[in-house]
Amino acid sequence: MSCHPSANPNGSAADVKDGKHLTFALAGNANVGKSVIFNQLTGSNQIIGNWPGKTVDRAEGTLSFEGHEITVIDLPGIYSFSTFSMEELVSRDYVALEKPDAVINVVDASVLERNLFFTLQLFEMQAPLVLCLNQVDVAKSKGIIINKEKLEQTLGVPVVFAVATRGDGIYELVGEAVNVAIQKTKPKHLKYRKDLEEKIEKLKQIIEKENLQLQYPPRWIAIKLLEGDSEIAKMVAEKSKVTADSAKVIAQELESRCQEKCFSIIASERYALASSIAASALQQSEVKSTFSDKLEWVTTHRVLGYFTSAGVIAGLLLWTFFIGNGLSNLISSGLSFIKPIDPSLSTSQPILAIILNGVWGGFNAGLTLIIPFVIPFYLLLAVVESSGILTRVAFMMDSAMHKMGLHGKALIPIILGYGCSVPAIHACKIMETRRERLLAAFAITFAPCSARTIVLFGMVGLFVGIQWALLLYVVDIAIIFALGRIAMKAMPGKSTGLIMEMSSFKMPSMKVVLKQTWTRTKSIIYVVFPVYIVGSAVIQALYYYNVLTPVSNALSPLTVGWLGLPVAAGILLILGIVRKEFVLLAAVAIFGTTNLALYFSSVQLVVIALVAMLYIPCISTIAILGKEFGWKATAAISLSNIAAAMLIGGLAFRLLTLFH
Amino acid sequence: MEQKSTQDYLKAIYGLARNGDLVNTSEISQKLDVAPASVTEMLKKLAQDDYIKYSPYHGSTLTKKGLREAQHVARKHRLLEKFLSDVLHIGKDKVHTQACQMEHALSDEAEESLCRLLKHPDTCSDDGKTIPACDLPFSSCEECIKLHDKGLEEVGKRNKDLTPIRELKGGKYGKISFIRGEHKVLQRLLDMGLTPGTRIKVVKVAPMNGPVEVSVRGSKLALGQDIACNVFVEVESIDSEG
Repeated sequence: MSCHPSANPNGSAADVKDGKHLTFALAGNANVGKSVIFNQLTGSNQIIGNWPGKTVDRAEGTLSFEGHEITVIDLPGIYSFSTFSMEELVSRDYVALEKPDAVINVVDASVLERNLFFTLQLFEMQAPLVLCLNQVDVAKSKGIIINKEKLEQTLGVPVVFAVATRGDGIYELVGEAVNVAIQKTKPKHLKYRKDLEEKIEKLKQIIEKENLQLQYPPRWIAIKLLEGDSEIAKMVAEKSKVTADSAKVIAQELESRCQEKCFSIIASERYALASSIAASALQQSEVKSTFSDKLEWVTTHRVLGYFTSAGVIAGLLLWTFFIGNGLSNLISSGLSFIKPIDPSLSTSQPILAIILNGVWGGFNAGLTLIIPFVIPFYLLLAVVESSGILTRVAFMMDSAMHKMGLHGKALIPIILGYGCSVPAIHACKIMETRRERLLAAFAITFAPCSARTIVLFGMVGLFVGIQWALLLYVVDIAIIFALGRIAMKAMPGKSTGLIMEMSSFKMPSMKVVLKQTWTRTKSIIYVVFPVYIVGSAVIQALYYYNVLTPVSNALSPLTVGWLGLPVAAGILLILGIVRKEFVLLAAVAIFGTTNLALYFSSVQLVVIALVAMLYIPCISTIAILGKEFGWKATAAISLSNIAAAMLIGGLAFRLLTLFH
Repeated sequence: MEQKSTQDYLKAIYGLARNGDLVNTSEISQKLDVAPASVTEMLKKLAQDDYIKYSPYHGSTLTKKGLREAQHVARKHRLLEKFLSDVLHIGKDKVHTQACQMEHALSDEAEESLCRLLKHPDTCSDDGKTIPACDLPFSSCEECIKLHDKGLEEVGKRNKDLTPIRELKGGKYGKISFIRGEHKVLQRLLDMGLTPGTRIKVVKVAPMNGPVEVSVRGSKLALGQDIACNVFVEVESIDSEG
């Protein structure tokens, strides 16, 4: 990966003169292909997805072009420079304050008008601009053909056509951006309608006269003040009361003249201009019915849509389960010529036991239990993510999610949580308020991530029956829903409604899907694998020197008394906090066999898998929860997880023994 | 001046009319302290402008338009009276004259705020006269209170015959008239292209109170029910193509 932090984030002017170092920012609406272009430019493996809001933090990478060292920043996708979300604030401050040498405005050619609304705000900000019209092929298939020369002429900035997934237009794009950066061309002043422009000008002159010493361009400040932007208004009020007061007066004049709120006047005017620019550049536009329209019909049909949604959710799990199972068997039979685990070793030769049972056991378990499940899951997830079906699932499930105090979009991070809770909790940033992010994160801590799937498979699927493992999945989804409702009641407040762009369907690109799967799998192999091997050896050593027994004994009232598990379960659950897979791996290491049925009854296997699924977030998840929501909220989530696991586990044990 | 006297006449007729009876010219002349000849002249003018029905020698009644206007002035007048006496504690004898002067300068916006400040009064405190209800499209005062407690704002213009897009079926077209909601939500909707006057198409409505999918400016947006019921459109009657 060529990603590294830029040594000089300001891309200082001195460097530019040498023709050495430039900084480009990729900006544009959500889901227009910025990350695809970013990956093309920098050779990075930024995760790509066909759902809005995927890039929640900015990513950085570098490229070399004709002797220039270029730092590329991939900004999160936004629709405007207002203050609806953190992403909008962060992006506008980046463009205004860090002053990149060129801003590449990526535009979805199929939705030119809406995208130009944002482009006009980059004009207001006087950013050195290159327009990249992406996905011209998709637009063409929809019957939308854009006249590049005409658009260039109207806007006065270079326009490049691109099909980023194929790499078309990328070279030309960099060339144009370098030109803009070196010549420091600022976009021309695109005029709004006369009465609005007069007011902006009037305020701008006051701002210039007052000499506010703000980094933002005066005309942009004027527009933001008229719009009633709270951040800018606060900033200006601190520097000059005169400006703040005149802004209010001028805004009132405009409002009483137009009988409309200023922010609405300005948005309407931007759209009027965007619309006329788009109309003049549109050569042909006859909306054709495409294949994706038919997919649309199926996925959002009032009956079929629910099947599709359920299919996506269940399909991801079933596919992982069955493909994982098959692969796992294949690998184990391939490895069966080495008999790794020998229980007799643990008593006679401690060092050999640690190496053979621990290290080799850990490696073996990783290879047969982790990899076979993770790869198929990530593969299908990449397909699902890039197809655009997630937004349809969010659309169909919106009303159900409202029952948990969330809206449909929350389902996207929760589905990602099937893979791993950490990126899923990170993706909660697509939710609008802290309360919603917290509720979604809470739900994710109960979602069956791939680690939990492994425990479920290795304990229940193998020794009790696949139908029991599947049943536990269903039970888990029901638990998520029920606990989500309780959490909603515990955290009063109202939710923002759903406002989500329905991205159009795309045929997932094989290259992107494979690359994405590899990026995610790689991190498992490089980071997680060594942890398994070392961890497994450590467990073996601890076991040998009898450190584990006191801990297990201390926990036995809970594990044995309440949950009906063997004494050793206490230590399994403790180790599972590090990584959920350890519940299974440690059992293998401690009992010295993969045949856990020798030591656990069926009921015990079901109960321990259920408890492992719910009982506490793993360390990595706790860390990200703490980072995102603070330690108080994290402690509350962890404690409620433990409480839920104990309650449900204990009930399950009693119920199951009753019927068994 | 012109507007003031129109409003004064309408208010006088409104106040004098009992059970929809005709109000005769001399009563008006007495109440407004204006010569009967001038009153007759003015009544003819009001009849021309369709504020009243005027039949010489019988008297006048307010038309629908006149009634609306008169109620509006009376409402402002009585709200002001209540405000002057209850909040500012100005003597009952002075309240009426003051309110008469202030009512013409009170904007509709200030009227609405005043109504909320006084906690939606239905009668005047001194004479128990009813304060006419506002003509804002709230189904009840509770809705008005709720709307403002939530810090809601609105953009666009309220016209008659508005339908929230939530009530539209898939395939219907409409032109956005006005939207209400929290500032941030409004800003977002505007940013996404739902500006007043924009033509939109309802693509489909998800079942079970699910979101509404609309097509606007070449993009498709899903709006949750709680947002869709606050976006009002003028529905196009013919389901045109395109």
